[in-house]
Amino acid sequence: MATLEVDKLRKSFGGVQAVRDVSFAVAPGEMLALIGPNGAGKSTCFNMLNGQLRPDAGWVRLNGQDITGLAPRKVWRMGVGRTFQITATFGSMTVLENVQMALLSHRRRLGQLWTPVARADRAPAEALLARLDMADQAARPCGILAYGDLKRVELAIALANDPKLLLMDEPTAGMAPQERVGLMALTASIARERGIAVLFTEHDMDVVFGHADRILVLDRGALIAEGPPAEVRADPRVREVYLGAGFSGGHPGSRDPVRGSVARPKSVQGGH
Amino acid sequence: MENLVLQALSGLASASSLFLVASGLTVIFGVSRIVNFAHGSFYMLGAYLAWTFVTTLPRGHLGFWGGVLAAALLVGLIGVVVEVLLLRRIYRAPELFQLLATFGVVLIVQDLALLTWGAQDLLGPRAPGLRGGTEIFGMRFPDYELFLIGVGPVVLGLLVLLFRYTRWGTLVRAATQDREMVGALGVNQRMLFTSVFFLGAFLAGLGGALQLPRESVNLHMDLAIIAEAFVVVVVGGLGSLTGAALAALLIGELHAFGILVLPKITLVLVFLVMAVVLVVRPHGLMGKATGPAHGGAGGAEPVIGPAPRPLVHLGIAALVAALVLPPFAGDYALSVLTEIAIFILFAASLHLIMGPGGMASFGHAAYFGLGAYGAALAAKWLAAPMELGLAIAPFAAGLFGLIFGWFCVRLSGVYSAMLTLAFAQIAWSVTFQWVEVTGGDNGILGVWPEPWAAPKLVYYYLTLALCLGATLLLRRIIHAPFGYALRAQRDSALRAEAIGIDAFRIRWLAFALAAVMAGIAGGLFAYAKGSVFPTFLGIPRSVDALLMVLLGGVQTLSGPIIGALAFTGLQEQLVRITDLWRLILGLVIVALVLFFPQGLAGAARARWEARRGDA
Ligand SMILES: Nc1ncnc2c1ncn2[C@@H]1O[C@H](COP(=O)(O)OP(=O)(O)OP(=O)(O)O)[C@@H](O)[C@H]1O
Ligand SMILES: [Mg+2]
Repeated sequence: MATLEVDKLRKSFGGVQAVRDVSFAVAPGEMLALIGPNGAGKSTCFNMLNGQLRPDAGWVRLNGQDITGLAPRKVWRMGVGRTFQITATFGSMTVLENVQMALLSHRRRLGQLWTPVARADRAPAEALLARLDMADQAARPCGILAYGDLKRVELAIALANDPKLLLMDEPTAGMAPQERVGLMALTASIARERGIAVLFTEHDMDVVFGHADRILVLDRGALIAEGPPAEVRADPRVREVYLGAGFSGGHPGSRDPVRGSVARPKSVQGGH
Repeated sequence: MENLVLQALSGLASASSLFLVASGLTVIFGVSRIVNFAHGSFYMLGAYLAWTFVTTLPRGHLGFWGGVLAAALLVGLIGVVVEVLLLRRIYRAPELFQLLATFGVVLIVQDLALLTWGAQDLLGPRAPGLRGGTEIFGMRFPDYELFLIGVGPVVLGLLVLLFRYTRWGTLVRAATQDREMVGALGVNQRMLFTSVFFLGAFLAGLGGALQLPRESVNLHMDLAIIAEAFVVVVVGGLGSLTGAALAALLIGELHAFGILVLPKITLVLVFLVMAVVLVVRPHGLMGKATGPAHGGAGGAEPVIGPAPRPLVHLGIAALVAALVLPPFAGDYALSVLTEIAIFILFAASLHLIMGPGGMASFGHAAYFGLGAYGAALAAKWLAAPMELGLAIAPFAAGLFGLIFGWFCVRLSGVYSAMLTLAFAQIAWSVTFQWVEVTGGDNGILGVWPEPWAAPKLVYYYLTLALCLGATLLLRRIIHAPFGYALRAQRDSALRAEAIGIDAFRIRWLAFALAAVMAGIAGGLFAYAKGSVFPTFLGIPRSVDALLMVLLGGVQTLSGPIIGALAFTGLQEQLVRITDLWRLILGLVIVALVLFFPQGLAGAARARWEARRGDA
């Protein structure tokens, strides 16, 4: 059974139809990429999946259970981890403490008034950070971290509740090319090892075509293509979206669908 | 029936007066984002100045109306002076510091008014031409009230015209919506702010001056009106003129009819309506969302770690001194020390809300006072021994913390802070007005400790043990998962929610916990003084707590402790050496805000870090 099933999800903001009748599914251990130009509706999709936005219509099911419209914290309790396009971490805490918070919350121990955090769930948090090559950053405050490192902290937090589903909104934005590939390879191996279904958005085509098992292409809120990387790469509609009308043919090289790595400079705005 | 009509009319008259004050407050807030506590002082000055002018000028129309107008204009100029000398310099300071500065002005004005006009209530003459009454449904209704009913709509109309059809008004509206934009357009912001202050202060002064024929002029007018004006502005929506008008109408009528329903506690009714409105419409009737008011000094909060060495040593030294020296101290010193211990806990409890919680409370004295009254009422009506009284105190405060907090923590920013103030005023008005039970203004006397604790030294050690224990417990909690969760929702509400933290519940429990701790402090205070009074819950006491926390620094628990020490010591000394302690305290507050906008601990920390950076 698919971990996540999405059925005819729809959302408008005023007159803008941000997401129109989007349906798809993610299987355990699968890496599914959701790509599309700026403003295509990717983050809006994510926000509906983890409960931050209530869809206008449609269903979201997690392991067969309807989670449409549940509050984010309830969705999280059901085993969904998420990273944000614009990182959201606790700036007044160290990297380790950020991860500890997620672990403590997962074990429902945030109500404790007595045992200091310094002694709570330290070892598992350290192990998780070590797994993400962040052990040497553990004691640094999140408030002063480089953006790429913050993205790793987000991933560590998202993994802390042993998720069945991982939602990653532009997980490698702000990282050097080498680092991006490394992080995604790591994510893929963790996902396979634990059977986590991963849905991620990304503007870096190397990352997308190198690590996705399947790709969804979103344009102006609607899904226009879906399939394995090779198929999507060859899809004329996808090429059109990325290059504009008039483009056809050409040789789909390894750094495609279009020209190269990153589709365009990232603007830091829009939904989280 | 006839009676109801008259009640409605008198409600309209109050609504008019209230609107004059509130409109000025809301316009000032809209443009400058400053919550101006001194607005009540402008109102009071309007009344006093009008009294002076009207009684010295020749009698007659010119003397009266000219006097009223001159008073209002003069208050407008005083507003300009306050803006130019003080507020202009702190527009970039954190919101709460601005609030403190305006409260400093309140204190200064109180003493200056006392010096100028004396302590006794002053009665003004009636308005010439409006001395009589008009028959309405066979009952006489004062002409002056009818006149007031007309003033409100006329002023509202003039203001609307001013804001709609003049260039200046357009700028004010633009600035209310988006300050940056106005700056970008190259508008002379200084002039704009100053002129807005003139208008706001003028309106408050006019409101005060027009009260002359209605009620006596006294030194309590400032805080009495400011609480209600805040209610009107918040219910209407901060920055909204029509909202203020609507809310003034609502509150005015509520007062009028509340007297028929609950004659003793109309204030309670007013504040309850405010609570309900804010829960249904969190930004007031006509308001829009504003940025959050940070409890802290703004910017990223630092990581909390072990306290720096020198501070630890200092703390240990202070503790040793607090344990060893008192047996050699006299009675007076002992009661000061007892008070200091109590206020350290009081400040530490507020710090939990403001620091880790990231919320602001303008009414924390409510829980201090409720603790004190809980103990005192138990002593008076149940003849409870001190031990029981001290146990009831945190219970009573915590119970109300749960109830009031449920409303307060679901709002954000200034609205939340205003709601805390409103609930504090409810509690205050109950202690003040429910004379049969609470003794009203006379308080409850004879709340003495048991014989074993009666010696000042013993009571001091008892207080020290309880306050120290409670403060250390707070510290422990801040370092425990609960305290971290509280900081988590402050740092990033989005991330907190995304990892399963119920921010509302955490904030609510923290609010109640802070109330419990304040209640302990209040209970101890009651037995230390032997009596309780409504002032225990008053606005000044809430501001005292804010002062201690903010001047000490909100980042770590050491801030409020140092703040409480410094503040209690300072105030105690001032009260002893001079009658004008309010004036001096006000000046000190203003100076501190001007020169140390990050708080004393913040400044010390910055200096310490800079020194370490050099090394
Ligand atoms: N809260 C909101 N209110 C109004 N419009 C919104 C809101 N959030 C998103 N939108 C609009 O919905 C559309 C989709 O936005 P979304 O952030 O989902 O795009 P995206 O695919 O994530 O883009 P990007 O690659 O820039 O992150 C855009 O037109 C955006 O302006
Ligand atoms: Mg996005």
